[in-house]
Amino acid sequence: MANNTGKSILICGVGGQGTILMSKTLTYGLVAAGYDVKMSEVHGMAQRGGSVSTQVRYGEKVYSPIIGRGEADVLVAFEKLEAARYSDLLKPGGTALINDYEVFPLPVSSGAAEYPTNIYDEMKKVFDVRVIPASTIAKSLGNIRCTNIVLMGALVRAFSLESIDWNAALTAVVPAKVLEMNIKAFEAGYQFQG
Amino acid sequence: MSKRQLLTGNEAIARGAYEAGVTVCSAYPGTPSTEIFENLAQYKDSLYAEWAPNEKVATEVAYGACIANARSLTAMKHVGLNVAADLVFTAAYNGVGAGFVIVTADDPSMHSSQNEQDNRRYAQFAKIPLIEPSDSQECKDFMKEAYDISERFDIPVLFRVTTRVSHSKSLVSLGEREEQTPAHYVRNIPKFVCTPGNAQRHRPELEEKLKGLEAYANTSPLNSMELNGGKVGVISASIAYHYAKEVFPADTSFLKLGFTWPLPMDLIRTFASNVETLYVIEELEPFMEEQLKAAGISCIGKQLIPAMFELNPEIVRRSIFGTEPNVAKMELDMVTRPPALCPGCPHRGFFYVLSKRKDFVITGDIGCYTLGYAAPLSAMDTCACMGGGFSLGMGMAKAFAQQGVTDKKIFGVVGDSTFFHSGLTGAVEILYNKGNMIPCVLDNSITGMTGHQDNPGTGFTLDGEIATKISIEAVLKSFGFENVIICDPQDLKSMQKAVDDALASTVPAAIIVRRPCVLIKRIKHDIGKCTVDRDKCRSCKICLKVACPALHMKDGKTEIDQTLCVGCKVCAQACPFGAISRIGEQKGE
Repeated sequence: MANNTGKSILICGVGGQGTILMSKTLTYGLVAAGYDVKMSEVHGMAQRGGSVSTQVRYGEKVYSPIIGRGEADVLVAFEKLEAARYSDLLKPGGTALINDYEVFPLPVSSGAAEYPTNIYDEMKKVFDVRVIPASTIAKSLGNIRCTNIVLMGALVRAFSLESIDWNAALTAVVPAKVLEMNIKAFEAGYQFQG
Repeated sequence: MSKRQLLTGNEAIARGAYEAGVTVCSAYPGTPSTEIFENLAQYKDSLYAEWAPNEKVATEVAYGACIANARSLTAMKHVGLNVAADLVFTAAYNGVGAGFVIVTADDPSMHSSQNEQDNRRYAQFAKIPLIEPSDSQECKDFMKEAYDISERFDIPVLFRVTTRVSHSKSLVSLGEREEQTPAHYVRNIPKFVCTPGNAQRHRPELEEKLKGLEAYANTSPLNSMELNGGKVGVISASIAYHYAKEVFPADTSFLKLGFTWPLPMDLIRTFASNVETLYVIEELEPFMEEQLKAAGISCIGKQLIPAMFELNPEIVRRSIFGTEPNVAKMELDMVTRPPALCPGCPHRGFFYVLSKRKDFVITGDIGCYTLGYAAPLSAMDTCACMGGGFSLGMGMAKAFAQQGVTDKKIFGVVGDSTFFHSGLTGAVEILYNKGNMIPCVLDNSITGMTGHQDNPGTGFTLDGEIATKISIEAVLKSFGFENVIICDPQDLKSMQKAVDDALASTVPAAIIVRRPCVLIKRIKHDIGKCTVDRDKCRSCKICLKVACPALHMKDGKTEIDQTLCVGCKVCAQACPFGAISRIGEQKGE
């Protein structure tokens, strides 16, 4: 299909985890590097602790802002269960960057369901899974809120996006008072070897 | 040429209205349309934008402005157009003064909606032209064209986007604002007073306008033909165009339509004559396909493409070419992650107290508080439309009375924004027709679910200016609810007493359940953390029944997630053993 030449990145997590700031940083860098970029996210009820996802597509010319199953090149998950939930969008053999972090959904915390224990095992059978303790790294840097930028650094390494000026993107997107911490978070994510 | 910016469709629509010289804008928030008006606020030096109490009022305000020769805008989610429809059908007959554009943001797949009605039908039904942009650049550029069309053909324009167009970002080149010089206002009774005589005169005039619009459609810059040499042609519009563009081979010819009603039938015939096989790729209803087939143009559409839920490239590929996606197979028992009331949500105490009584019937409404339906609270019988929280309860009360059912107690629930939107008339109904039910206003002092917009009860306008704060209790009392009980839902005893007092009241009673949303930034909240004394916890799980995302069981006892907890103490009050307390406070404080 001649018109589909771009790359697709799927970012998912739980409402409030900072997926939107990460996609903003990502798209800022991609646009500055001269790519055609489209990004799609669904708002609304997802803000109330529901599952959230953002799709970023870039290339010479991008048509659809969204993808179907088996079409994402890389999955960045802020939460383990969400990694599994969205993995049917990831192409078999694709890279899954997963924050080693669990947020119990209400059916689990209320005792009506069990949090699956075999997520990594199952995903490793079909994907290139890289588990990153991004929230732990973020906490050690001073604030769990920069989990998103730790993952951003890991994505840049996994997806070989080093040619883009990410410091400039962070400077443009992140509030000045937390910029230094986020630059450290980015670096920590980039350097992490699982 | 300015640098291109990555904008959502909604940001681009706001920008387009600004560049088109619009001066009066009125809307009611609703996903996925809300950000259009949030973004108009940045242009407040050039235009007036407001949140109206509901979509009907918003559309009337915008229409009135256009009669006074100001280019005007209203925007709403798809179901909002049902509320505004009364005016729209007649405005089609009357025509406009300056340009008047109505944005409808549809929600295929119902990401945050109660139905997925295809509002293209409204254009045909109300007989007004329809414009559909497919990306953010078009959202901006087509707005300007929409105002020109509205003025040239003397008719309101329906501007339809979908969730994916509204909430997707793509690159946009910005332009400059073109100020409009308003004509001097002159009273025009035959045009704007819709007596039967004037309406009868307008009726055939409207048909003439539509003929002119179809002729325009055939040459409109919003419709473009791309002949790429192949035997296959695709007619598409809106976001579906991009899906089709990605899926079909490069030699496929396209007729991309941005002006989709009245359809450009001559242009479509020309296009059809250039290809051997013609597909119509459209999301939801067979809106274009039916018209093509009625005109005798052979095409393939809904026999292959699903007519419900949103499309994507995978669905189009599978439907047309039979290509199955390559999906990895895993063996996992997935758990859903349904949206839940936030930790510290003031609605929790209300629904927790009401959830304990099996004889209560709770008619709910649209807003964050709809989540009172979710297990383990499960405290809701109905939720259907804005305002229905009061009126549906009234119908149930009358039915029970007719059936001799006497053991049900009915609570009608609306939020503060919904109260002003369409709860007022329901409250009047309850009093006027002697309803045996208790209206409850869950006043969290914000329009919450759509992302915190102000409303007539908050004391602020769209652009953050101080406004008259309309008192819900004063309104209810003035109607004749003699016993208006105000309580704090975070204090479960106060909440329980309010319910008991309302049920015991010998005069018409209403309850205002009042505590601001814990996420409102301009308020200083009393934030803390609760913890569990594991020695006192007896693992009864009663605390889990308050449905707080911060609570879960760990090693047989309740544990509270310290990153989520805000210290509201609803779980502490629910605990029969005093095992939960707020850090730094003694039990009983």
